[in-house]
Amino acid sequence: MKIAVLSGKGGTGKTLVSVNLAAVASNAAYIDCDVEEPNGYLFFKPQGIKTLEVTVPVPQIDGLLCNGCRLCVDFCKFNALAFIKDKPVLFPEICHSCGGCVILCPQKAISERPKKVGVVSEGISGNVRVYGGIMETGASSGVPILRELFRQSKKEEGLSVIDCPPGSSCMAMESIKDADYCVLVAEPTLFGTHNLNMVHELVKVFKKPFGVVLNKCVPGENPSEEFCLEHNITVLGKILFDHKLGELNSNAYIIADELSEYRELFVDLLHRIEGEVKA
Amino acid sequence: MKQLLILSGKGGTGKTTIASAFIKLANAQAFADCDVDAPNLHLIMNRMGEPRRSDYYGLDKARINEDQCIGCGICKQNCRFDAISEKYGVYEIDSFGCEGCSVCEALCPVKAVEMVPALAGELMLYKKAEAVFSTAQLKMGSGTSGMLVTRVKNQMKDAANPRTELAIIDGSPGIGCPVIASLSGVDMVLIVAEPSLSGISDMERIVKTARQFGVKMAICVNKYDTNLNNTRKIEDYCGKESIVFAGTVPFDENAGKAINRGFSVVDIPCPAQQAVEKLFFTTMELLKDK
Repeated sequence: MKIAVLSGKGGTGKTLVSVNLAAVASNAAYIDCDVEEPNGYLFFKPQGIKTLEVTVPVPQIDGLLCNGCRLCVDFCKFNALAFIKDKPVLFPEICHSCGGCVILCPQKAISERPKKVGVVSEGISGNVRVYGGIMETGASSGVPILRELFRQSKKEEGLSVIDCPPGSSCMAMESIKDADYCVLVAEPTLFGTHNLNMVHELVKVFKKPFGVVLNKCVPGENPSEEFCLEHNITVLGKILFDHKLGELNSNAYIIADELSEYRELFVDLLHRIEGEVKA
Repeated sequence: MKQLLILSGKGGTGKTTIASAFIKLANAQAFADCDVDAPNLHLIMNRMGEPRRSDYYGLDKARINEDQCIGCGICKQNCRFDAISEKYGVYEIDSFGCEGCSVCEALCPVKAVEMVPALAGELMLYKKAEAVFSTAQLKMGSGTSGMLVTRVKNQMKDAANPRTELAIIDGSPGIGCPVIASLSGVDMVLIVAEPSLSGISDMERIVKTARQFGVKMAICVNKYDTNLNNTRKIEDYCGKESIVFAGTVPFDENAGKAINRGFSVVDIPCPAQQAVEKLFFTTMELLKDK
């Protein structure tokens, strides 16, 4: 069973929820899909880490074979090739690795070389197998790293908790693709509700069953809760605003391992989700 | 026009809270929200009337004409984005997967592939008196956010009065293409950090990314009193890396309350308001500084 945890807005508690769900399960995998800013490993501190470099193919042009016809430059939709002093010049950061220039060059002057865009890793922390990826700074897209991450974690047949990146663009979409269930984590603010609405649209388009966890709840108004009521959305659980939780979490402790009341909360939440998936 | 960009690496540290307060304090006449993936600034800039809306198209995307397709499969074999599927000899493009490279169009032996315009989002431009506010919303699942960010910034610059001295730009979380697109051409970046180990790790990565652009940087810590030890670590990091430590803002539930009512934190008297004002003046001095 694959559970994806997402939120639209950053900082609502995706990592808190996903790390703790994986930690209270008897046997689980945790997959950190926020390859731009991964944080899950800070909590799990996994051991026995195996890493794998992720590369993408980028073109390299043989200046001797190139006759300056500029077919490649005109073809590249991403403007990753420019024609400077009668020769094509590559800007590898913008290249999408479509391979078009290689196929089309009439002189066969273009081949490909691997360019490192990040690393994926796998390690163990107690009962949890921890998977993660990290993008090189300056790289523009984490999608190739995500794809490798899912190839690596494919062998997981039990419970996988997928910690998604913020937003509702290509990266979030890629992360929830194979999920059986989506958990949306929402904050009780106007911003939180607005972004909850966005991921709500996303999970509906992908026809994923889903429910909401309301985080940082304070007495009084909760626009995200009102949104759930209005749209008839299942509220899976509520986490109250708590300085003690905030402090332990900010020091990257797994709260369910530290405080029994939170262990109970996440055990209940996991059961609730498992019930929803079976229903 | 001097451009100040607010970034954070980690999401939810308070970029929009700080940006909206700065816009208010500076009485900024040009501002933009570059978090096209999850824009929020418009929620508290709601006193500017209705925006002018325009469609944003990303790259054209492929479409296979079923009647012309001979089912050779060359397109699928050469698609690097796994965006072409085949069922009973019928080939189809997954528009979410297609990045618009047009390799399939170039290779199809019977010209059955056509590149068609694809709506990828919407640009909004608000105007009130001299003030302009540029923002956009990327269409869900879309991948061309860097291009849209550039459009948001250009829309702001084109609409602003040429005499406008200051522009405030709210950025997006992460370190990927929208952040990189937002960094180009700005005069200074203010990084809003959070005193958590996650926040520190993310701050270090955004610093590394921004450095590649050689742009002036300063760091502030929001909710600094939620973990004083980590706040100290951030201050030490700034010292070690020779980055200006611009100030701190305390945790204050009034900030959330103000936002929920569509106001900025400086609209109500509270400890956070005082701290943000101080941070604002420090930042303006740094921005002017050569």
